[in-house]
Parts: sequence; C-alpha cells; structure tokens
Amino acid sequence: MRMLIALLALMLGAPAFAQPAFAQSALPPAPYADRQIDDPALEKKARTLMETIRCLTCQSQSIADSNASMAGDLRSQVRERIMKGEEPEHIRAWLIERYGDWVSYEPTAEPILWPLWAAPLVLLGLGLLLLRGRIKRGRRS
Amino acid sequence: MRKLLIWLPLALFLGFFGLFASGLLRPDDRIISSKLVGKALPAFVLPAASSDRPPLASAELATGKPRLLNIFASWCVPCAAEAPQLLALKQAGVEIDAIAIRDARPDVDAFLKRYGNPYSRVGLDARSEVQIALGSSGVPESFIIDGKGRIAYQHVGDIREDDVPMILDRLRNAQ
Repeated sequence: MRMLIALLALMLGAPAFAQPAFAQSALPPAPYADRQIDDPALEKKARTLMETIRCLTCQSQSIADSNASMAGDLRSQVRERIMKGEEPEHIRAWLIERYGDWVSYEPTAEPILWPLWAAPLVLLGLGLLLLRGRIKRGRRS
Repeated sequence: MRKLLIWLPLALFLGFFGLFASGLLRPDDRIISSKLVGKALPAFVLPAASSDRPPLASAELATGKPRLLNIFASWCVPCAAEAPQLLALKQAGVEIDAIAIRDARPDVDAFLKRYGNPYSRVGLDARSEVQIALGSSGVPESFIIDGKGRIAYQHVGDIREDDVPMILDRLRNAQ
C-alpha cells in the first residue's frame, strides 16, 4: 500500500519536475485569451478559426486547445481582430504569410494537395469498376 | 494478370510499411522558420523593457548597417545560455537590439544584470504581438536585419558558441 502511494505521488509529482523545460511567462494572459466575445455570433466565428490554427508551442494542438502562453496571446489577438470586423479568412491568410501553410489545419487548394482532393473520386471510380465486374460475372453464371 | 494482381496487397503493405518506417526513423524537425525572411521587417513601436535602455521601433532598425534583433525573455532558460554568445558578438562590434516577450521591467532588469547586457535598445512585447507579426515561434530567436530594414536571416533557438562565426559571416553579407 505504502509503495502504491509512493508511486502515485511520484506520478503526480512528475509534471512539476517537467515544468522548467516548458518555462512560460509569469505575466497574466492577454485580455481575450480565455474570455469569450460578448456577441455569440462573433465568438463562434473566432472559435471556428481558432480550432483550425495550429499552436506554435505545442505543435499538435490547435490554439483553441493549447495552454501555451503564446497560444493564449494568439487567441486574444484573433478575438480582438474579429471584434474589429476582420474576416477570419483574412486573419488566416495573414498568419500563413508569416508561418507558412503549416500554421493552418485547413487544407488548401495548392497543387501539392491535389492528390488528396482527387483521392475520393479515384476510390469511387475503382469501386464502380469493381462493381461492374461483379455484376457482369453474376449475369454470366 | 490475375496472378500478378494477387501480389498487389502485399506490395501495397510493403510500400506503406516502408513509408511509415522511414517517417519514424527520420529525426523530428520542429523548427518553424519565418516566411518573412527576405522581406521587409513589419512596422512596430514598442515601449522600453529595461530601465537603462531606450525603447525599440522598427524604423530604428533600418540604419544602413546590418543589425541583430534578438527575441528573448527573462523567464526563458536557453536565453540565459545564449547570453555569453551575444556578449561576444557585441564585443565583435555587432549592434544588437532586443524584444522581450511577455515580460516585466523589473524581471528584464534583473536578467540583464545577472547575465550581462549586450543590447542597444530593448522593446517590450507584453502580448507577443510583434513576435507573431515577425513569424517567430518561440524564444530565443535572432533576426539579422540588413541596412535597408529587411530580414536577411532568422536563427531559431539559442546561438551556440560554434554559431558565432556563422552569424558574423551572415552579418557581413547582409550589408
């Protein structure tokens, strides 16, 4: 039992030890980092964008999910710019200009992604061909 | 034809297996470089971050002479490790300006007192706004700004001892 408690304490304590590696600023978060916009329609716009912008610190999270201080600053900036009437796609383009396509989770229409867009059509075509073969064979027998 | 087709799933499996294995074995590259390299420095005006250095505005970086713009923070551990290299660059005659990210003046003062102050000007970016406008993704990072105020080079992460000659070289080439 004592062993178990010690193990548990160690597990709970581990994140505390890991802290220095992810040292973050002690400043409080930016005003709109964790505060919603009063107008629900604008908040929805901001939220939809934030869910498709990649966090620069925790690279497999969106800025909406991340607790990194930089993600908080970016959330606040997105909300403030949307409150000023900026369109979400304009903000996305502004970020891509700085960080590249990498920063957006939304697939673009760039040539490199054409195979991705074509994949469903190709698979559907293959399925139809297969189906036709089966029907033909079924008729023959 | 049919005989060959039987081998298709195995070939596909081996193909995917190779693809995933090569992806797993390749070292992880987490560096995000700014797409603004080669372009003009975005305009900004920042308040002073330290008590004994003037504040920083983008206009002051286009002086006809290449300069180093260091992005740092007093709470950032690798920034402290980078300090001796920045002092060495300063000794070599490099003009270094800095932007302190999400910081407070007393903390910056204490940091510069402890690790040395190689900066001519230090601007305070309390909400990472200029950092994001620069396409910088963390601290520390250093930008070489050429004489016309364009970003000539971005160094992600701390400048190590063996990076110093390379930085000096790039500064010379950024006239």
